[in-house]
Amino acid sequence: MKRLFLIFAALLAIACPRAVASGHDDAEQGPINPKEIIFEHLGDGYGWEVPFDHHHRIPLPCIVWGSDGLHVFSSARITGGGVYRDGDVEFKLGGKDSEYHGKIVEIGPDGKETRPFDLSVTKNVCALFISVVAVVAVLMALVRYYRRHAYRAPRKGLGFVELLIDFIYGSVIKSTLGKNARRFAPYLLTVFFFIFAMNLFGLIVVFPGGANLTGNIAITLVLALLTFLVTNIFGNRHYWKEIFWPDVPLWLKFPLPIMPMIEIFGMFTKPAALTVRLFANMMGGHMIVLVLTLLIFIFAAVSAVAGGVATAVAMVFSVFMLLIDVLVSFIQAYVFTMLSTIFISLANEEPHHHEAKPVE
Amino acid sequence: MELFKPDFGLIFWMFVAFAVLFFILWKFAWPVILKSVDSRADLIDKGVEYAQNAKEQLDKAQQTADELIKSAQRQQADMLREADKLKSQMVDEARMAAQAEAQKVMDAAKASIAQQQKEAEEALRSSVGAIALDIAQKVVQQRMADDKAQQQLVDKLLTEIESQN
Repeated sequence: MKRLFLIFAALLAIACPRAVASGHDDAEQGPINPKEIIFEHLGDGYGWEVPFDHHHRIPLPCIVWGSDGLHVFSSARITGGGVYRDGDVEFKLGGKDSEYHGKIVEIGPDGKETRPFDLSVTKNVCALFISVVAVVAVLMALVRYYRRHAYRAPRKGLGFVELLIDFIYGSVIKSTLGKNARRFAPYLLTVFFFIFAMNLFGLIVVFPGGANLTGNIAITLVLALLTFLVTNIFGNRHYWKEIFWPDVPLWLKFPLPIMPMIEIFGMFTKPAALTVRLFANMMGGHMIVLVLTLLIFIFAAVSAVAGGVATAVAMVFSVFMLLIDVLVSFIQAYVFTMLSTIFISLANEEPHHHEAKPVE
Repeated sequence: MELFKPDFGLIFWMFVAFAVLFFILWKFAWPVILKSVDSRADLIDKGVEYAQNAKEQLDKAQQTADELIKSAQRQQADMLREADKLKSQMVDEARMAAQAEAQKVMDAAKASIAQQQKEAEEALRSSVGAIALDIAQKVVQQRMADDKAQQQLVDKLLTEIESQN
């Protein structure tokens, strides 16, 4: 505990002069704009920020399909406000007043900015690949363990991974899907581990992490869409019958298909709920930590004392929030998997056999 | 706002990343892991079942042993009782046989006594006859002489007989 405190103090001592220095920079650039900073951190970007350096970023490949074909270049060419010229076309990042702020735009001959077809490996895409590699590495390590030791439970790190698998597979997938468990387990377990890895990487503030992946609606949208596809592709006849011809009085479905309309609406609200739940939870967690950190700079602009107090308070709360976010990372991955499992199981339910009522 | 507008590039890469991840895990990881987890769970279930069966069997064996001991004890008691009965029966039989034997001996003795008595009676009768004849002879011989003497003689003879007896 004492050592931890010392480390913390040392870090503060190192960070303070830099913060003051960067504060001076900011002072030169004008007052800080919290909203801009928060959304810049929550959003995507070309190139990956390096700690303590505002000018250099880890360059990442930009892949765009402009008006005259494919262009591939390093993000370092444009992130500093530069313009990349390839043949007749020019690319740059959209300015602050542009419709495409922070995105690659193509500058036409008349100076008009258009958005090219953008498949760049951005910070989020790169983080996505890192998550994939991490998940594969961990699970393949477990596979190797199982191949070597039959019938022996792994210990320590791999034991924890197995615990997660057992928890999701045993108490969520098997207990909900029953005999279909083995069929859908690969998809559901993949979803769980992918989301969990992305959530945890999002909490690490420097390079391998720091990308707000699951707090990005594109990611959660794809995940929800996959669950939607799995649910509807593997839904059985009973599921479709319940949607188009449910077991309700005839007037609710015949001339005017009220119930089928509600059911079809329900088909789409389920993935929408999945999308928004994961996205909002993860983005909220990141945003709170960012706001707490920004409080330091807002108060430091007022006075040195207020800045010091705000630093101490914000640090304590940030650490607390990050710890909660670790918990939330697991819970949200778990909830997403559990809801997907339930949706899939609802689409695979066997029709109820109406049992004859006992004669009274 | 950028956050709420899904970016096409990210959606595309997310699909690719997920497809790659799912393919790798589906092909190489999940079959092994799930098989391993399932088979270990099965093994544990079987182990528990086996242990329960073993316990049941042990209990049953204990019960059987108890029953066996109990029945052996019962048998032993039965045998003891039987032996006791047999012993008393044998004693009874021996006693009865002895009685029968004694009876037989007594009967034989009685029969021989009766025989002897009969023989004695016959001997007595023949000797009484002879004596009577003797007396009659002597009476006839003395009759001629004297009535008185005759009487005296008879008395004397009778006394003689009496003393003989």
